[in-house]
Amino acid sequence: MTLLGQFSLWLALFTALWGAGVAFAGRWKDRPDLTATVTRSTYGLCAALLVAALCLWKGLISHDFNIEYVAQYTSRNLPDSYVFAAFWAGQKGSLLFWATILSIFGAIAQTVTSRRHEALLPYVAGVTNVVVAFFVLTMLFSANPFERLAFTPEDGRGLNPQLQNPGMTIHPPMLYLGYISITIPFAFAIASLLSKRLDTGWIHAMRKWTILSWLFLSAGITLGMWWAYVELGWGGYWAWDPVENASLLPWLTMTAFLHSVMIQEKRGMLKRWNVGLVVASFLLSIFGTFITRSGVIASVHSFTQSSVGYFFLGFLLVAGILSFALLYARWPLLEPEARLESMASREAAFLFNNLAFVGIAFSVLWGTLFPIISEAVRGTKITVGPPFFNRVNVPLGLFLVALTGIGPLIAWRKASTENLRRQFIAPVVTGLIVLTVLLAAGIRNGWALTAWALAGFVVGTVGQEFWRGVRARHRMHGESAFVALSHLISRNRRRYGGYIVHLGIITYIVAFAGNAFKITREITLSPGESAEIRSPFGHVYQLTHLGVSQYPQLNRFVSAASLAVKKDGRSAGRITSEKRQHRDSFGRNTFEPSTEVGIRSNLQEDLYVVYAGSVEGTERATYAITVNPLVMWVWIGGGILIFGGLITMWPGGQAITSRRHSEVQAGYQAPLAGVGTGA
Amino acid sequence: MMRRDLLRRAALGATAIACGLRSATAQTPAPDSTAADPLFRPDLVQQRAAATASDNDPVVKDLEHRLKCTCGCNLDIYTCRTTDFTCAYSPALHKEVLELRAAGRGPEDVVAAFVSKYGEQILMAPPPRGFNLAGYLVPGAAVALAGTALAVVLVRRSRRMTFVAAAASTPEAPVSASPSAEDRERLRRALSRVQD
Repeated sequence: MTLLGQFSLWLALFTALWGAGVAFAGRWKDRPDLTATVTRSTYGLCAALLVAALCLWKGLISHDFNIEYVAQYTSRNLPDSYVFAAFWAGQKGSLLFWATILSIFGAIAQTVTSRRHEALLPYVAGVTNVVVAFFVLTMLFSANPFERLAFTPEDGRGLNPQLQNPGMTIHPPMLYLGYISITIPFAFAIASLLSKRLDTGWIHAMRKWTILSWLFLSAGITLGMWWAYVELGWGGYWAWDPVENASLLPWLTMTAFLHSVMIQEKRGMLKRWNVGLVVASFLLSIFGTFITRSGVIASVHSFTQSSVGYFFLGFLLVAGILSFALLYARWPLLEPEARLESMASREAAFLFNNLAFVGIAFSVLWGTLFPIISEAVRGTKITVGPPFFNRVNVPLGLFLVALTGIGPLIAWRKASTENLRRQFIAPVVTGLIVLTVLLAAGIRNGWALTAWALAGFVVGTVGQEFWRGVRARHRMHGESAFVALSHLISRNRRRYGGYIVHLGIITYIVAFAGNAFKITREITLSPGESAEIRSPFGHVYQLTHLGVSQYPQLNRFVSAASLAVKKDGRSAGRITSEKRQHRDSFGRNTFEPSTEVGIRSNLQEDLYVVYAGSVEGTERATYAITVNPLVMWVWIGGGILIFGGLITMWPGGQAITSRRHSEVQAGYQAPLAGVGTGA
Repeated sequence: MMRRDLLRRAALGATAIACGLRSATAQTPAPDSTAADPLFRPDLVQQRAAATASDNDPVVKDLEHRLKCTCGCNLDIYTCRTTDFTCAYSPALHKEVLELRAAGRGPEDVVAAFVSKYGEQILMAPPPRGFNLAGYLVPGAAVALAGTALAVVLVRRSRRMTFVAAAASTPEAPVSASPSAEDRERLRRALSRVQD
């Protein structure tokens, strides 16, 4: 099986190189016969990598511990779902996963792209093939998943206990899908530059890929937060770890692109900026991979250090230099078709919005790299942790939240004073009402107050947009509110889906601000003994230690400590937190004991319990208790965001067929002019 | 077969009721806190000291959030010692913090003592002085600079556009106060596209 896998990798490498060579040479030399084979090369590449992937899965499932990767990440008693997921648990398997998925995306791009954009496809195939070739090359020369051991161990080492969580089956693939799918928009951008077809065609061709990629990244990041929260036991979901930061970077630039691309579609502006953002997003996705795999920056998420980092660094530099050189060469062809007419215009708001997104991305990148910069300049190692990132990024984030509310309120091209007054009054009043209520409730934390007041302002903006749209439909078509709302969304999916995404983001912001009121406490209790904790919402939790049970379960030995919970004097059930000592199939301990958190959630707050350990080997237990306000809203926000994103990219609705039509639409300008606002 | 099944279910039910009763009674009294049964396998659980009031001291917590654990986990001392219970470093560092506090040292003194012993990298965020200021100020300064430049360009352009628009509105090309029928029709079509 490893022979077949190995052979498939080599076949994939040659197919990818052949496909890329033929794609570029065929277009260059104007040889349609050559370019005709390119699509087939992407299918062949995909087939070869699927065979390689199946070979690795076969090795994992059949416990072929002679394969180093299988022995390193699985054991005989590892539950099946984790054996399956071990495919992407380690460096080598995840590289194969990346290459395979990218080859699938590459083949799909060739199949589903409209024939109108046929001229771009050979270059698209060429670029995706080059990226796949790089991954396969890295595997073959530095991290081969089919590498065999000189002997066959009786059992494997097993999977790291922190990876033995249902999140393992979905979070890494989702994040990988996000990273990987960025290659397709990048390929379209490079294809448009190479072919000099720099109208909005390439944007229409890859728009859904961009949203798809953004959705995968959003879902992957949210699932990562959930996993960190339920598995790691520190009572939080975001620690500004370098690898977390690396996932945020392309998300920020992609989000900036999704906004600025609207200006290109409607006004023919920001062409250079948009190409630059797509290229930057791709490079940042590779940069994230470089950080995770090189060990250049210490992170809890890092894979084992290996020479793979040098491959990624080299690829990053070459891809960056070539891409920006190509952009520079095509610079004169990317002249804007219109100029900004006013500071008080939606275009200007979007520009500032892009500035904020890219500014935050730069700030996160700067903070992530600052320890290296500092060491290089001063020779002194420093740590850049959450206090630094919070201090630098929170103000920028709040500026961005404000822009989220401001952008949709301003008309395209130029807004009049009357228009601004009419648009802003309700959202500003909403924000002020929220602020007043919170101050009256006794909240004095400045950052939280600002965040929640701005959230109120944005909700006011979005609510007003929906309200006016529904009211207009009701007047024009006599539809009921519900029917008008559903028609409004279904016929303007991109716009109203986008507003729903904004609501998702605001839900996140509201939840993040709740962190300022987190309470943590360590307690030690004997069985029957109780402790009380007062939550930020004023609830009193009485926690009574019930005892510790110990029993074997699956591939581990469990010590479960339970607390009976009373909330405001009324029974609220039981919370159990566990210590798990994982074992191999021979009963030998693998890894250090790990912790399973006990969580009781509601819309207000989470009671988060961690069994820290036993006192003197008895049932007397030490617990770390955290009361986390508003955490559930993080997951709800993620759901809203994904829902909005799906609406935005769902097929059908009102398609933007050409920029000429879009110019006529001009957002809200026409309706406002119609009511005599002077806009 | 049916009788055996019935007996099994009855036994399970009785066990469940007994468990429920046990848990109900366990909640009520507060027994002698030193009387705790030994664990069946104490070797498979981390051993911890009993939590004390100083462990929950807000000053100590705040201090430990500012100081990094030296085990290589990238976490602060407080988070590491209340999360990674296999770490031997964070409890020792916590003990150091408590000892310094017990010796009457103020929070800044404790931080200074840690920096002099472990170096600047013991801090979770670099002190904002010297070269470190670049770390704090560069992102904000870059955004502010870019924002100002953007605003200046936009203002200039909008002025130029106003000038061009004013120059274009000559007597030969008067702007009609009321839209023509053709314009009305275009507006109606545009509105229906927006709303539909």
